[in-house]
Amino acid sequence: MRLREESSTVQVGPEPDVVVSSRIRLARNLAGFPFVGRASDAQRHEVMQLVTRAQLGGTFPQGLAWVNMAQTSPVERQLLVERHLVSRHFADSTLPRTVGVDAEETLSVMVNEEDHLRIQTILPGFRLPDAFDRARRFDQALEETVDFAFSPRWGYLTACPTNVGCGVRVGVMLHLPGLRYTGEMERVKRAAKDMHLAMRGFYGEGTEAVGNFYQVSNQLTLGFGEDELLRRFTEETVPQLVEYERTARRMLTESNRPLLEDKVHRAAATLRAARLLGAEEATKLLANLRLGICLSLIPDVSLELVQRLLLQVQPAHLARIDPSATDEDKGRIARASLVRRALRS
Amino acid sequence: MKCDHCDKPAVVHEVVIKGGVTSEVHLCAEHAAQKGYQVPTVPVTQLLAQFAGQIPVVQPVPQRRDPAGTRCPGCGLTFAEFRQSGVLGCPGCYESFMPQIGTVIERAQAGAVHHVGRAPRRLEGMADRAAMRTKLLQELDAAVAAEQYERAASLRDRLQSLGGEDAGR
Repeated sequence: MRLREESSTVQVGPEPDVVVSSRIRLARNLAGFPFVGRASDAQRHEVMQLVTRAQLGGTFPQGLAWVNMAQTSPVERQLLVERHLVSRHFADSTLPRTVGVDAEETLSVMVNEEDHLRIQTILPGFRLPDAFDRARRFDQALEETVDFAFSPRWGYLTACPTNVGCGVRVGVMLHLPGLRYTGEMERVKRAAKDMHLAMRGFYGEGTEAVGNFYQVSNQLTLGFGEDELLRRFTEETVPQLVEYERTARRMLTESNRPLLEDKVHRAAATLRAARLLGAEEATKLLANLRLGICLSLIPDVSLELVQRLLLQVQPAHLARIDPSATDEDKGRIARASLVRRALRS
Repeated sequence: MKCDHCDKPAVVHEVVIKGGVTSEVHLCAEHAAQKGYQVPTVPVTQLLAQFAGQIPVVQPVPQRRDPAGTRCPGCGLTFAEFRQSGVLGCPGCYESFMPQIGTVIERAQAGAVHHVGRAPRRLEGMADRAAMRTKLLQELDAAVAAEQYERAASLRDRLQSLGGEDAGR
């Protein structure tokens, strides 16, 4: 399996202090086949062949690099999860399945996840329209050669009827330490629920918001067009959440500066001195360092470096950089060493 | 008929009509009690017999079709299996499990019951026609209710010109 040396999501995009990345996911199924869960292995393989052999035309001249998941090692699967190119559910599945990734690693196509196709784009910062355009272009290129299951009444038909309609999930990964430290997070979560938004952890459904990173996405997919959904997220939902977070950070700076400075500088000092670091601890400390950089409390470290480290400290990425990280204990030594070196230079 | 929450026979049956949408509740004695329903411990026939002084002649009541046993002819999935997993078996399940699946979708989608977004390029006209049909049907209902029969006839002609119901693919 060949992946880029560095994921493009470690770059810094628009509104980087709060919006880490923008993500679009389209759920599609092929007409004439049972959904993945009910299909036979022969049918699942047939779906894989139809999709991987589809001629995508001029929109994707280089095509996608397809990785047959049955031929990957656990570390490779973990690497794909850490880059958010596949879901945890997809990585852990035992069904015949494959993932296609474009040269920039901004588009990935999971075949035989819960639906036949999960087309996903991920871009750094707040760039939802760009992410949507890219996913839509793949969707349109593919629909020239395959027929999607569609009903005029219900829209794109999905295995889970709660995803039916436009089948579009619009999401952003937000860094919300301000709301957490000012005790506002529960209120925001309740408001999000009322607005039919899902707030999930670092690696999606069922995962924790380690480092105060939250994935926010729409729960409703029926009754409005993709353009309206995108407009709401781009013009209302995300700017509103970004404003709440910035206000919380201002409040912290004005009314509880010692607490804020302590969290940031304690994180910086630990990262610069620690000899053993677990992945979760490193993520939490780097997240606080990230907050310090955004509030100009840490002048000598760039946001790009922290973004890169946030990915490099994850287990599979660490093992790729430092082959000595063969188990958890050696990984803790390797991780601490990697972070110390990076923050010294 | 079985209880919605376990395999015991249901003794409480309720049909709820809310916002024009019908949903059914079937509960065993235990779950009915948990949810606050009053469950008689003496069979109704016995109670009636006490009042009338004799056992009444019980007329057979036609049974409603149990949605749990409905099977999709396309993939063989039963509605009960769907209720357990939350996942449908094939695109045809949407038609096979109507109207129950419509209620599930409406609940999950905050009351939305019609797709209004994009369609695959080859089917774009089809989606437009379906949206138009829904709109005309609503106008037709309103016209009939208001006794505007000329307008209703014109709307009916427009509906007929749109052609037959498009089947889900």
